[in-house]
Amino acid sequence: MIERLGLVTTQLPTATSSAMVLLAVVMPVLLGVLGGAWRPLRGWPGLALALIPLLALLWLVQQIAVHGTQAWVLELGSLTLHWRANGLTLLLLLLTQWLVLASAVYTPAYLRVAEQALGRGAVWLWPLMGLLATSLSLIWMAADLLTLYIGLELMGLTAVGLILLPGREEALAAGMRYLLLALIGSLAFLLGVALLLGSWERLDLAGLAVVVEPSPVLWVAMALLSAGLLLKAAAFPLHAWLVPVHGSAWTPVSALHAALVIKASFFIALQLWLVLAPQAAAAAWLVGGMGAAAVVWGGLLAWRADKLKDVVAWSTVSQLGYLLIGFPLLIGTSTAVASIAWAGVWLQLLAHSLAKAAMFLAVGNLMLATGESRVSGLAGASRRFPLSLLSFGIAAISLVGLPPSAGFTAKWLLLHASLAAGQWPWLVVLAVGTLLSAAYVFRVFRYSFVEDVEREDYRPVPLRMDLVALALALASLILGLTATWPLALLAIAGGTP
Amino acid sequence: MSQAWLPLITLATSLLVAPLILLLPERAWRARAVLNLSAALLKLLLVGLMVVGLYQGREFAFGFTVVPGVEFLLRVDALGMMFAGLSSLLWLATTVYAIGYLEDSPNRKRFFAFFSLCVASTTGIALAGNFFTFLLFYELLTLSTYPLVVHRGHSAALAAGTVYLRYTLSGGLVLLLGVVALHALVGDITFGEREMLRDLGPEYHSLLIGLFLVLLLGLGVKAALVPLHGWLPRAMVAPAPVSALLHAVAVVKAGAFGIVRLVYDVYGIQLTFELGLLTLLTALSVFTILYASLRALAQQELKPRLAFSTISQVSYIVLGISLFGPFGTIAGLAHLMHQGLMKVTLFYCAGNYAEELGIHRIDELDGAGRRMPLTSLAFTVGALGMIGLPPVAGFISKWYLGIGAVQAGMSWVIAVLVASSLLNAAYFLPILHRLWFRAGPEHGKGQWPEERHLGRFETSSWLLWPTLATALFSLLAGLLAGLPFSPLDLATLVATEEYLP
Repeated sequence: MIERLGLVTTQLPTATSSAMVLLAVVMPVLLGVLGGAWRPLRGWPGLALALIPLLALLWLVQQIAVHGTQAWVLELGSLTLHWRANGLTLLLLLLTQWLVLASAVYTPAYLRVAEQALGRGAVWLWPLMGLLATSLSLIWMAADLLTLYIGLELMGLTAVGLILLPGREEALAAGMRYLLLALIGSLAFLLGVALLLGSWERLDLAGLAVVVEPSPVLWVAMALLSAGLLLKAAAFPLHAWLVPVHGSAWTPVSALHAALVIKASFFIALQLWLVLAPQAAAAAWLVGGMGAAAVVWGGLLAWRADKLKDVVAWSTVSQLGYLLIGFPLLIGTSTAVASIAWAGVWLQLLAHSLAKAAMFLAVGNLMLATGESRVSGLAGASRRFPLSLLSFGIAAISLVGLPPSAGFTAKWLLLHASLAAGQWPWLVVLAVGTLLSAAYVFRVFRYSFVEDVEREDYRPVPLRMDLVALALALASLILGLTATWPLALLAIAGGTP
Repeated sequence: MSQAWLPLITLATSLLVAPLILLLPERAWRARAVLNLSAALLKLLLVGLMVVGLYQGREFAFGFTVVPGVEFLLRVDALGMMFAGLSSLLWLATTVYAIGYLEDSPNRKRFFAFFSLCVASTTGIALAGNFFTFLLFYELLTLSTYPLVVHRGHSAALAAGTVYLRYTLSGGLVLLLGVVALHALVGDITFGEREMLRDLGPEYHSLLIGLFLVLLLGLGVKAALVPLHGWLPRAMVAPAPVSALLHAVAVVKAGAFGIVRLVYDVYGIQLTFELGLLTLLTALSVFTILYASLRALAQQELKPRLAFSTISQVSYIVLGISLFGPFGTIAGLAHLMHQGLMKVTLFYCAGNYAEELGIHRIDELDGAGRRMPLTSLAFTVGALGMIGLPPVAGFISKWYLGIGAVQAGMSWVIAVLVASSLLNAAYFLPILHRLWFRAGPEHGKGQWPEERHLGRFETSSWLLWPTLATALFSLLAGLLAGLPFSPLDLATLVATEEYLP
């Protein structure tokens, strides 16, 4: 399994690709700081924030596709940092920049409509968003525990900062609770790292994969690492902090958080398991069980939720469960099963990120337009805001996993993998999850089709905001039938193209 | 080159119309009508081209890989062409009808966009070359029908929409599980590659039976096999063109068509027979035919009666394919087309009565034949066809079903056919009697519930012409059944391919 992560490569980086990687990683934060000098209502810093790294990344994809995985070793005094760029990394980097681009275009218009008086804190928006993009890029590229820790810590703190931006009381309460939990998670992670360092005296993942042996120390370290990461990923039953955070943050921040931040913790967790404990099937089943519970519990609460944003937030808890099912399918299974599940897990991650971001933005638009935050406030929306509702609908198709969306293709792969592995419980979980998610999204639709409402005080949102949501939703739809493209990129794993 | 693209373009005609309609403003009804009608005409033309090509033995296929081992495949074969022909012909008629029916009502843009999407899904189902592609469009059909069912937005419509989704999404999920399982077992099965399952050997037979049942459960929901039929009568709250095209033709036929594909092109009739599954299908369809007819008899409103009649009639298709032998096949497949034509006519008529006179209940129909002679004539043709009287198309279906039953050595099915025809007569003849022979408001007795004068003729010509056209087609399909390109001829072509290696 480890070769799929591209940790072992003989390919030396070229000077240009190093420059491009630096551009992709460092540029967002530089531009963000620069953008902080202007008021956040201006759109262009955000645009540059994402567009320049995106172009650099596209060039890098070309390089990697031709030459295969590349790795960098950075010597900083006594510290050695390992970075690598393979197909998976690039896919996640592209996803990150694409979503940052979308929220950068969306945010200025959103703030103009949503916030009458912007507090002083709002100047922090672009710097924080840039920092978030950088820390995520670090996490995707990291091939050693130190970089991972730096990235994780940076990401957590930036996310807290972004959530605190609205400055309202409930945002402060949710943000501080999040900060506390994120710190606990980081602490657990750090302890795990320390244990590994103490026992095997190295931090690079490729090296650790060779030297670690099953031992109580490893199990304790793995338990600490996983606990910390799963807490940050809002995995059931450690998910309670997520809904208030999403409910009180600015909509584009919620979108980025749900689409990327919690995925980063999941990514690290899966990577560490594959590297350090690739045969721990029993423990992987435990994580799968947590996933199953998350699918059901998150789905049920999304169905019962009264507020629109809570529906979307609970749906994140539920959908993350699908990803956790990847653990038992990837760990300790045959190569045939694992290769199907591998494609399924990452496609599911892509699909969910795009669809969830689109759904948050669409819901944000609907809430601004109707002035209602409750699901029942949507009555009559289908006639008045068809575009927002269309974005919501397309995103919903992908979340439920109906064809022809990427969510469907991913679910198909996960179902196939569970069948091929003979792991029946996951079939049931995926089926129940589908029905529950259909139940909660169609509940929203049901209200929107109500016709007999007489209300006049609607505030249509600027077209730009609708188009951003639609673009993200369409991306999640189109990836369904064109899944060969991301999967071909995923296939660029080891040292050879 | 053009041969690979023809199925794709056919699909695109209605698929691309949907976003175009959404882009047009709500007011621009003329532009929308032109767009709709030209797309429908173009599609009919393209399907015609493919049918001609098929008779000349040409191959049309388009495909690409979605994920390794899973292919998206559009392919033209005789069976698919029957369904595509039916849906594109009726799309044209129903578009005309819907333009008239929805005149001046709100949300027309949304209606026509999803309507086109439905037709695109139906075309996709018809052209699908493997189970994955079929599933894709089968689910898309569910999604695109929901906004049409809840179109009116009142609480009855919303409740019906919820029931509809509960049934169809669960059915779709079960189907998905079955298809994935089949995929895990033997990989991608192109429709027609029957040997893949046949060669598996007897140790797989119990597994295959299980899978067949799962797939049948998934498909049976849309085909409205009793006891999975509960959504159909409720979905009748939808506007008349929706009930006509979608619930008489597109949705229920998608289910029936799926069962046909499952039996003939995935398992193969031989294997299905050997596994003893044909008997199950016969039993299911006979039960559905009789039960739904009895329920139809009890309905006091026109549309629910037609809905139960649909449930009953669609099972004739399943009954036909479950009779082992070419005549059963021909009967089942020809009925796929015949029932569509006749039932759509009946639904148009129901819509005309409701629009022009405000009639919803059967006992309000007294004397309507005098007020609306042409509509009532069309209704009579459809009703007689359903009963199975010559020369309407329904007679051909029942005749071939009878022969098929004898050929398969199941003569008791004839008794079922007779019983069902009697039941059909029992619920249709009283309506005809009321239409033509009872004195009503037009004879100076009582008054119509809500009379409107919609057009120069007995009702708006947008509503009238499609009704007459489909009634005429139902007659012609029966009268000219022996000519090439008739439904019977196409059905014979399929049956020949099926039984002659």
